[in-house]
Amino acid sequence: MVAASTLKTFSVTLRVWRQAGPAAAGAFVNYPAKDISPDMSFLEMLDVVNDELAAQGIEPIAFAHDCREGICGTCSCTINGKPHGPGKGVATCQTYMRSFSDGDTIVVEPFRARAFPVVKDLVTDRAAFDKIQQSGGFITARAGSAPDANALPIPKGDADLAMDAAQCIGCGACVAACKNASAMLFVSAKVGHLGLLPQGQAERDRRVLAMVNTMDTLGFGSCTNQYECSAACPKLISHDFIARMNRDYLTASLRSAFKPAPANTGGGAA
Amino acid sequence: MNLVGNLFGSSIGRKILMAVTGLVLIGFVIGHLVGNLQVFSHPDKLNGYAHFLQSLGPALWFARIGLLVCVAIHIWAATVLTLESKRARGGQAYGVKTWIQATLASRYMRWTGYVVLAFIIYHLAHFTLGTAQSATYKTALPAYKMAQDYHVLGFTVVPAGTAVLDVHRMVILGFQPPLVAGFYLLAVGLLSLHLLHGMDSLFQTLGWRNSRWSKSLRNVVILACLAYFAGNAAIPGAVLTGKLSPESAAKSAPAAHH
Amino acid sequence: MATLDSKIPSGPLAEKWRKHKTEIKLVNPANKRKYEVIVVGAGLAGSSAASSLADLGYKVKCFVFHDSPRRAHSIAAQGGINAAKNYQNDGDSVHRLFYDTLKGGDYRAREANVHRLAEVSVNIIDQCVAQGVPFAREYGGLLANRSFGGAQVSRTFYARGQTGQQLLLGAYSALSRMVGAGAVDLHTNSEMLDLVVVGGQAKGVIIRNLVTGEISRHSADAVILATGGYGNVFNLSTYARGSNATAIWRAYKRGACMANPCYTQIHPTCIPVSGDYQSKLTLMSESLRNDGRIWAPKKAGDTRAPAAIPESERDYYLERLYPSFGNLAPRDIASRAAKRICDEGRGVGSTGLGVYLDFADAIKRLGEPAVRERYGNLFDIYHEITAESAYKAPMRIYPAVHYTMGGLWVDYNLMSNIPGLFVLGEANFSDHGANRLGASALMQGLADGYFVIPYTIGDYLAGQKPGSRPAADAPEFQQAEANVRGQTTRFLATKGKQPVSHFHKKLGKIMWDRCGMARTKAGLEAALQEIPALREEFNASVNVPGSADTLNQSLEQAGRVADFLDLGELMCRDALTREESCGGHFREEHQYPDGECKRDDEKFGHVAAWEYQGEGKTPVRNTEALNYEFTKMSLRNYK
Repeated sequence: MVAASTLKTFSVTLRVWRQAGPAAAGAFVNYPAKDISPDMSFLEMLDVVNDELAAQGIEPIAFAHDCREGICGTCSCTINGKPHGPGKGVATCQTYMRSFSDGDTIVVEPFRARAFPVVKDLVTDRAAFDKIQQSGGFITARAGSAPDANALPIPKGDADLAMDAAQCIGCGACVAACKNASAMLFVSAKVGHLGLLPQGQAERDRRVLAMVNTMDTLGFGSCTNQYECSAACPKLISHDFIARMNRDYLTASLRSAFKPAPANTGGGAA
Repeated sequence: MNLVGNLFGSSIGRKILMAVTGLVLIGFVIGHLVGNLQVFSHPDKLNGYAHFLQSLGPALWFARIGLLVCVAIHIWAATVLTLESKRARGGQAYGVKTWIQATLASRYMRWTGYVVLAFIIYHLAHFTLGTAQSATYKTALPAYKMAQDYHVLGFTVVPAGTAVLDVHRMVILGFQPPLVAGFYLLAVGLLSLHLLHGMDSLFQTLGWRNSRWSKSLRNVVILACLAYFAGNAAIPGAVLTGKLSPESAAKSAPAAHH
Repeated sequence: MATLDSKIPSGPLAEKWRKHKTEIKLVNPANKRKYEVIVVGAGLAGSSAASSLADLGYKVKCFVFHDSPRRAHSIAAQGGINAAKNYQNDGDSVHRLFYDTLKGGDYRAREANVHRLAEVSVNIIDQCVAQGVPFAREYGGLLANRSFGGAQVSRTFYARGQTGQQLLLGAYSALSRMVGAGAVDLHTNSEMLDLVVVGGQAKGVIIRNLVTGEISRHSADAVILATGGYGNVFNLSTYARGSNATAIWRAYKRGACMANPCYTQIHPTCIPVSGDYQSKLTLMSESLRNDGRIWAPKKAGDTRAPAAIPESERDYYLERLYPSFGNLAPRDIASRAAKRICDEGRGVGSTGLGVYLDFADAIKRLGEPAVRERYGNLFDIYHEITAESAYKAPMRIYPAVHYTMGGLWVDYNLMSNIPGLFVLGEANFSDHGANRLGASALMQGLADGYFVIPYTIGDYLAGQKPGSRPAADAPEFQQAEANVRGQTTRFLATKGKQPVSHFHKKLGKIMWDRCGMARTKAGLEAALQEIPALREEFNASVNVPGSADTLNQSLEQAGRVADFLDLGELMCRDALTREESCGGHFREEHQYPDGECKRDDEKFGHVAAWEYQGEGKTPVRNTEALNYEFTKMSLRNYK
C-alpha cells in the first residue's frame, strides 16, 4: 500500500547558500538532488546530497539539526523564502520532500538577522536568545526551597495558556521571518509563560524590563504588528503574547516609576 | 530605568509612543472630518464652526501645538524604529523574499506615511496658512454674514449677523481644481490605508488585543476606515461632480435650529 | 582491577539516604567558591546540576556541544515524569514507586539507589512547579496525573506531550539565571574530547570548540559528565542525531568502568523505516495501545492492502499470545513479538518491517471524533511523516531503540571508579537496571542534578585541598590534548572514499541485527568479528573532508562514530557474557516457553563493569554484586 509513494523518486535543484565562515562572503550555489523519495525528510535529502558532495571532494553543506522531530529547535533554514519551509506549524526537520515536485528549484538559505550571524553555510549563531534568557527568563527558585507543588492552585486556563507560550522551541524562525528581525515573539513567549503563572509574579516587572532591554541591546528590530512571526512559528505561538508583553512592559515601567525604592536592595539572588 | 527613559529609549516604549500619538491623531482626524462634513449643510454651520474655533485663542494654540508634538513624536519614533529595524535585518538580504500573511496596509506603512506627511503640509498651506491657492484663501474672499446663531452645547457662540470668514466657500473653491481634489482623494485613501494598520496596531501595541476578539476588532477597524474614507472623499467628490458649489450652498435653507 | 565499592549506606532502606546526607562531609560556604567544578552536558541532569552547584556557591564551568543548553535531547521526552506524590489518593507511596521501578528494571538495579530516586521524586515536582513548569492541571487548579506502563497507580505528571521539553526549559532557566549572575561559565558548541586524570583523580577535560576548531584545556577540582545515552550506536533510533557516547567513552578509556552496556531499551511503537536514507525514527506514544489493536497477516508475503485482508486472515498476535494483557503487553514483550512476526515474513509495508496498529474497531466503538480527541496530535505526526491517514488505514509501527540503561559505573554518590569523576542521568547506569519504566528517565535526570549531586559532591571535595587543582599545563593535560589533536589529524589525513555515515549505517545494522531486540551467542560472536573488521575499514577508508579549524560536521561525526565502533563491540561482548535474559537484554537461549526473559540471579545477579585495558586488548569484566537486603528477586510477571 505504501509501495506506490516510496518507489516514485524525483529530482530537484538545490540553490544553497554557501558561506565559509562568519567573515567570509557567501553566495548561492546550485546542486542537483537526484532520486529523491517523497518520503524523505528535507534534512535526509540534505544528508544524501552531502554524501554525494563529499564523494566528489566538495565540502558538505553545513546545516543545523539535532532531534529531527520538531522539538529541539536546532534546525533552521529558510526554504524558498519561508523559515522552516512551506509547511504550517512544522520545523524544517518535519518538512518532507513530498511538499516539492520534480524539477523544482529549492532555494535554501540560513536564518538571516544581524543578531544571528552566519557561522557557516546554513548554520547561524542564535546565542542572542540565550543571552535574553540569562537576563531574566527565569523564576528564582533555589533547589530544595520549593513548597509543595499543590500548595499553589493555578487555574487550568492560566496553566494552559502558559503552556501555549512555553511551547516555544527557541529556533529563531520568528526573527528570521520578521522584516524587522524582531525577537518580540520569542521574548513575549517567555515573558508570557512565566508572567501568567502565580510563581512568576514576584519577578514579573523585573523580568519584562530586563528581557526587553537585553533584546534591544542585542540589536533585534522592533515589532510592526505584521504577525509574520507567528505564521512562521513551528509551534504556531500566538502574537497575543506580544500584546501581553507590551502591556506588561508599560505597566512595569509605570509601576517602577511610582514605587518607592527600598533603602536596602541587598539579599537578592547570588 | 525610568518611565521617560523606557518610553523614549526602548523599542516597546517607542512603539507605545507611536500608538498613543497615533490614537490622538486618529481622534483628531475623525473630529476634523465630522466638523468638515458640515460643509454639506448651510454655510452658517461650517463658517460658524470655524469662527468659533478661531475664537478659542490660547486653547486653539494649545491643541495645535499638542497635535504638532504628536506628529513630531510619531514621525520621530517611526524613523528611529525603522532605522533600527533595517539595521537589525542585517546586510545580507534574502535571496527569495516572501510574505506569509502580512496585510498590504502593513507593508506600505512607511510609504503611506510619507504621502500623508506631504499631504498634511499641503493641507496646512492650503487651508490653514493660505500660502497655497492663496486666491481662494478665506481672507481673500468676501466676509460671510451669519444668517442664524451658531450653537455649541446649547450656548450661542456666534450670533446671527456676525461677519465671519467664508470657510465654506473656500473649501468648495479650493477643491475645484481637479488636481487638488485628486491629490486630496489619493491622500485620504492612503491615510485610510495607514489607519487600517495603525488602528489595529495600536490595540496590539497597548496590549488590548487578543485572538478572542481580534477578528471583530479587525472588522470594526475596516468599517471605520471605509467610513472615514467615504466621509473624506465625499467633500472633494461632491465638489468635482458639481453636487457642491457656491451656488448650491446659497440655495440651501438655513437650519431651523441647532 | 578496579575496585567497585558501591558505598551504599547501612541501615533500613527508607533511612539510608537521610542518614547518608547527615553523615557525609560538607564544604563550608566560604570555601565553596574556591572549588571549580566542570559539568559536561546540559540536559536535565547537567543543567540541574550546574545550576544547583552554582547556587550553592561552587564555581561552575558548563560545556555543551549544542549551540544552546536548551537543545539537549531530554527535550524530546513526551509522556511524563513519575513522582510518588499520591495526589490521586490511589495508594501510591515512595515504597510503591521504588518497588515498581526496581521490578520494572528486572531486578538488576541497586535497591538503595532506586529507593532514593523514589524519595526525591516528590521534591522534583515541587521544584519544577516553583520554576514555572506548566504541568497539566485540573479545573480546581491542582496538578493532574496520568497512568503509565508498569504501574497500577496514576503518578505521572505531564505537560501535554512535551514534558521533557518543559522540564528541560525549567532546568535551562535555572542554569540561565546562574549564567546571568556570573556563577556559571557556560561554553556552548564545546565538545569534550578527553578526560584528564591527574594522580588517579579526574581533574579536567579537553574541549574542542566546534565552531572555531580551537582545542582548549580546562582544569577543575571535579568533573561531572551528564552527556546522555549511547543509543545512536544503532544509527537509527529515537535519539537526536547529535546524541553521542564520546564523553563517556573517552572517560572509559581513561579508566572509568562501563557498566551493563548491553542493556538497551527498544520501544515497540515507532514509525517504521521507509528507506535507507532514513536518519531518525519517530516514536508514537505507547498510549495508542490503549485503543489500537496490533495485527499482521497470517500468511507470509501477503501484500494486499490491509482493508483487503479479511478478519479470518489477520493475526492479532498480542491478543493471541498474551490474552490477559493483550495489546498492552509490556514494551519488551511487544517489541520482540513484532520482530518475530517480521522474521517470519509477515511484516507489512514496503520494507516488510512493520505491523499494523489498527484503530478501525476503536473508531467503530467510540466514533472518529472521540478517537481524534484522544490521539489527534499523534495521528497528525503520523500523517506528516508517512502521508497516510490512520483514521482510514491502520498505522504501521515497528520497534526502535529508545534508551540505554547501561552507562558509566557510579557508586551511591554518583562518583565513578575514578575519584572526582561524577556521572549523572542517562550517562550512568545506576537506577533502571535492565529495563526502564516509562516516565522514569526525566525523574532520574533531575533527581541526580537537583537533589543528589549537590550533597554528594561535597563529600569528595571536602577531601580536596582548596586551590589544589592542577594547572592546565600539567603534563597530563598536554598528553590529553596531544591525544585529541592526533585523532583529529588522523581523521583528516585518511582521505578515503566513504563518508562517515556509511560506517555508522553499517555499524547500526550489525548492532540491530546482532545486539538488538533478540540476541544469540552465534550472532554476538559474529558481531565481534564484524565490528573490528568494520573499524579497520573505517580507519583505512573514511573520508573526512574540510579542515580542523572551522565548523566541520563530518569531523565531529567521525569522532563519534569511531567511539560507537568501540562501544558497539563492548556492548556485544557484554551481551555475550551475560548468559541470561533480563529486561531489555534478551538472549534467545534463555527464555521461558512463553517467551519471557529467563534470568539467572545466581550467576548474573550483579552489575558487569567493564574496564579498559588499552587499544586492541580485551577489557576486564569487573562485577558488583547486587545485594538485595529488602526485596526478593522474583520472576517479573505482569500477567
